[in-house]
Order: sequence, then C-alpha cells, then structure tokens
Amino acid sequence: MATDVGTRTAGTSRAAPARGGGWRSVTEHWLTQYRRVWVGSAISSFLTPLLYLAGMGYGLGALVDGASGGIDGVPYVLFVAPGVLAATAMQVAAGETTFSVIGAIKWQRFYEGMLATPLGVRDVVRGHMAYVLVRLVVACGIFLAVAALLGLVRSPWGLLALPVAVLGGMAFAACCYAYSAGLSNDQGVTLLFRFVVMPMQLFAGTFFPIEQLPGWLQPVAWVTPLWHAVDACRDLVLGTVTPGPLLGHLAYLGVWLVVGLLLSERVLRRRMVI
Amino acid sequence: MAAEPLPAGDPAEPLISARGLVKTFGDFTAVDAIDVDVRPGEAFGFLGPNGAGKSSTMKMIGCVSPPSAGSLRIMGLDPATHGPAIRARLGVVPQRDTLDEELTVEENIWVYGRYFGLSRSEVRRRAAELLEFAQLAERSRSVVEPLSGGMKRRLTIARALVNQPRILLLDEPTTGLDPQARHVLWDRLFRLKREGVTLVLTTHYMDEAEQLCDRLVVMDHGRIVAEGSPRSLIEEHSTREVLELRFDSDDHREHLAAVDGVADRVEVLPDRLLLYTADGESAQAELGRRGVEPLSSLVRRSTLEDVFLHLTGRTLVD
Ligand SMILES: Nc1ncnc2c1ncn2[C@@H]1O[C@H](COP(=O)(O)OP(=O)(O)OP(=O)(O)O)[C@@H](O)[C@H]1O
Ligand SMILES: [Mg+2]
Repeated sequence: MATDVGTRTAGTSRAAPARGGGWRSVTEHWLTQYRRVWVGSAISSFLTPLLYLAGMGYGLGALVDGASGGIDGVPYVLFVAPGVLAATAMQVAAGETTFSVIGAIKWQRFYEGMLATPLGVRDVVRGHMAYVLVRLVVACGIFLAVAALLGLVRSPWGLLALPVAVLGGMAFAACCYAYSAGLSNDQGVTLLFRFVVMPMQLFAGTFFPIEQLPGWLQPVAWVTPLWHAVDACRDLVLGTVTPGPLLGHLAYLGVWLVVGLLLSERVLRRRMVI
Repeated sequence: MAAEPLPAGDPAEPLISARGLVKTFGDFTAVDAIDVDVRPGEAFGFLGPNGAGKSSTMKMIGCVSPPSAGSLRIMGLDPATHGPAIRARLGVVPQRDTLDEELTVEENIWVYGRYFGLSRSEVRRRAAELLEFAQLAERSRSVVEPLSGGMKRRLTIARALVNQPRILLLDEPTTGLDPQARHVLWDRLFRLKREGVTLVLTTHYMDEAEQLCDRLVVMDHGRIVAEGSPRSLIEEHSTREVLELRFDSDDHREHLAAVDGVADRVEVLPDRLLLYTADGESAQAELGRRGVEPLSSLVRRSTLEDVFLHLTGRTLVD
C-alpha cells in the first residue's frame, strides 16, 4: 500500500523552512474559520448601519432636528453616522478579541497547536490582530459605503474616515486582546461588554456631544479610544477637519495600539510559555 | 534567527538528550532531574501514572515549555536558542487534541501545514496523502466536531506529520479510545516507525508500552525509577509468571500467611494477591496441597504493570 507519507524524505530540500509560516499563517487560519460565517457576517455588517441610521438618524433625528435644528446646525443623522461608524469598529474589535482569544487559549486550545510549530507568541498575536484588521476594513468599509449612498458623507475627506475608524478599532482590539489573554473564564468578557464597551458606546460622543455630559465625566470620555475615533471621523465626514486635532487623535490611538500589542504579547507569553 | 543546518543524524548520536532535566511550577517539582537519551529511529516511551511528569517532560522536549534546570539537546540543538528550528522538525500530538473543530478535517491539516511555511499546493498534496494514511480520506470534507474520538486522534496524528517530522512526540496517543481504535492507531505508528520516524510517547497503559516501545523509562513523582526495553525491565524487576488469587474477603492481607513461602514475592492489592514466581502452575499445585481455596486463581505472564507495582508499590491505572 502506497501510504508512505514522505517522512523518509525528511532532511531533503522539501523539508519545511525553519522559520515557519509566520504571522500570515495565523491570519490565514482565522480567515479560514471566518469563511464559514462570512455571508451572515457581511449581511449583518450591511444591515446594522442601515438599522442604526434609520432608527437613530432619521427617527430620533426628526425629534432632535425639530426641537433644536440639529446639533451645532448639523442634521442629527449626519452627526450620528460617523459616530456609529467608529462605534461599529469598537464592536467588531471587541467581538473578535474576546471569546475567540479565550477559546484559542483554553477551550479549543489551538494556540497550543500553533506554538508547537515554528510559530512564536509574537506571530500568534500579530496574526490574530491582522485578521481583526481585515474584519475591521470590511465592516467599516461596508458601513461607510452605505452611509455614502444615503448621502451622509458630505466631504471627500470622509474617505479617510475608513482608516481612522479602523485604527480606532485596532487600538481597542489590541487592549481587549491583552485583557482577554489574561482571563481564566468568560465572565470577564461579560464584564468588559457591560462595563466598558456598552458605556463607551453611549458616552463617548457617538450619539450626542460629550459637552452634554456632566463636567467630571468629560475627561473619562477623552480617555476612551472611541471618543478620539468618533471626533476624528465626524470631522472628516462633515468636512470640518483640522490637522491639529486630527493628528492628536491619531497619535493617541496609535499609542493605544502599540501599548496594547506589547501588552498582549506579554500576557499571552506568560500564559502559554510555562 | 538563521536556520542552522541540523546535524545529519549520526546513528550513534542521541536525537534527544536530557541531563538533570528539571521542571518546577512554583514550589512544586513536576520533573525531578531526569536523564534521557533517545536514539534515532527508536520508539521511546515514558510510562507512568497520573501526575508522574510525563506531559511536563514532553512539553520541554517539544520546546514549548522552558526547562527549569538541567540541559536538553534536541537534534543537537538547544531549545532555548533554537526553539523554532527544532519545532520545525518535530511532530506533536498533545495529550488533548488541539484541533479547530469548526473547520473541516482537511482544512485542519491545511492551516497547520501553513504554520510550517509550506506552500498551499504542497499542503494540499500532503493533506490528501496523510488523510489516506490516517484512514480519514472519506471524511476529509466533514467538520471535525462530530467525529469520534478515535478519528480526531488520527487526525491529530496526521496533522502532526504534515511537516515530515524527524521526531514524533505523542502524549498519551490512545487514552480514551476503545480497543479497536487503539489497534488502528498502533498500526499507523508501527508504519511510521518503519519509515524511520523516531517516536517518543507517553502512556499509562503497559500493553501500549510493551507493544510500541523499543525502550522506555518508568516515571513516578517526576523521577525515573527504571529504564530499559520492556522485556529487560520485566526480567530485571519481576518474575516470569504471576499467580493471581482472589479470595472472598474484604482484606486480602488475611490470606498472606496461607501463601507464605509459595512464591518469591507477594503483592497485596485491594481485590487480589499477586504471587511472583517463575512457575505459576507449581505454585498453584502447592496451594492445592495446602488446602488453600481461593475464589479464583489465574496464572499469567509478568507485564510492565508488575514492574511498576514492584518499583513503586502502586498500580499504574486505578
Ligand atoms: N502549569 C502547571 N502549573 C502547576 N502545576 C502543574 C502544571 N502542569 C503540570 N503541573 C503538575 O505537575 C505534575 C505533573 O504533571 P504532568 O501533566 O506532567 O503529569 P503526567 O504524567 O502527564 O500526568 P497525566 O497522566 O495525568 O497526564 C502534576 O502534579 C501537575 O499537577
Ligand atoms: Mg499528561
């Protein structure tokens, strides 16, 4: 029977390269998994902004615009669209770096499988984050396209809202990853969604300007990555962008991203290499 | 890290060599200064009860768990500095499967092959071969989750071969499988061995160790308590035959006096007495002359189980 699996040739030129497939092979794994659910995911990426914009923008917007002529003279639906864009990025970010990380560490444990190959902890983290990047680009891209079709992107600068929203998502994802990698069960995820993601969505300028918050809460909003992403996206989409604040937002999100990545690697290494 | 050329595999050089290898978790010593040499092409076993330190040792050999002390060389390289290069040449079957159960059988091999940097076409070609080898070809498009334990185990082994490893590490490859599934797996492992793959496996089944291993070490509490081929271990630490006696009583120690002097050595288990002797039938006859009447009396050959019992005073699987 010809089932020689080729092990005899081990040591010849066909042997696997010693460096392995690097972070790309990790990304490929997650994308392979995503392929099974991508239709549903794409449809929901398309429908969610529609529902939000219809309900929040046009429904609530009619009230807001009727009562006060919009927010700072901007119709409410225009105001809220970039906010929801940035918030969607956060949602996707948290969704892809919590349960799946804990699962890969301790339920299905395929991180253990990855680390038994030439891959290292850094490849595992970066490969996962590269997958999150793909997810963010797709989800935010669809959102922005829908918003543009509805005439909610007023300025050509609005195109840049895509990379900015994605950066915001990546910044948050990196920190969620570091957090999840240290969790021993999924209760921590529930806490994260209930006490971080939810409040952040509500109070970081997505649906109303943070100036409406009590004074002591405003600094809290400034700390969140979401507020920076929302503010930058809004300025871009409405064409009210100025370089100073934009660069400030980008730098702040960049710091979150870098710190999050470094922390993720550290926490995962401590968890997996024992 | 530059990929250094690996040593060509001088048959005299051990492929794996550990000296004073230690693994501690906090204050707890899981592996307590063991010395091990595994030669190219052999099947080497770690036999021991739960908690003996088998998996901890395997993870150090697999270059995923750094040793706490001692020296370890795999294919002549130090895991501390050449982890990725060594892992590129290892196949690892962990104690618990780490398959992605949402993916299909073949997808699991594809993604795993890609970790090793193999091209997509190469990975697909090998996956087809390996699934044939693992008798999973008909299931290659099935999602993994509903497969039987034996199939998942075979898939894990097939996956571990995708990089054509020189050394295959198998941590309890057949635990939890039914006898038939175990025999299928053993058969596959024999084939690999014939193809020249060095097998390193752990087990707490003595029949598995006897079947598969050229050489093995018996581990207990992180230490190696004996080492040798299954046959030599039995010769060295046990008698040729064993007479097993069951009595109708709660405490078999009561019957020690009755069998005194019949065998070289007697072990008391909760449910039976084991009489170690070169000639079980003569011992049986002698008991008959003495009028000792057990519920059952059985003569069998010594196994590694007896070796373990003798060395540690405990049974291997309880
Ligand atoms: N990460 C860890 N942290 C703390 N203790 C550990 C850790 N891993 C293993 N141990 C302990 O080390 C000892 C040896 O464990 P190990 O898994 O190596 O045993 P084993 O021989 O493989 O046992 P089994 O047959 O149950 O798989 C056990 O007492 C276990 O509790
Ligand atoms: Mg174990």
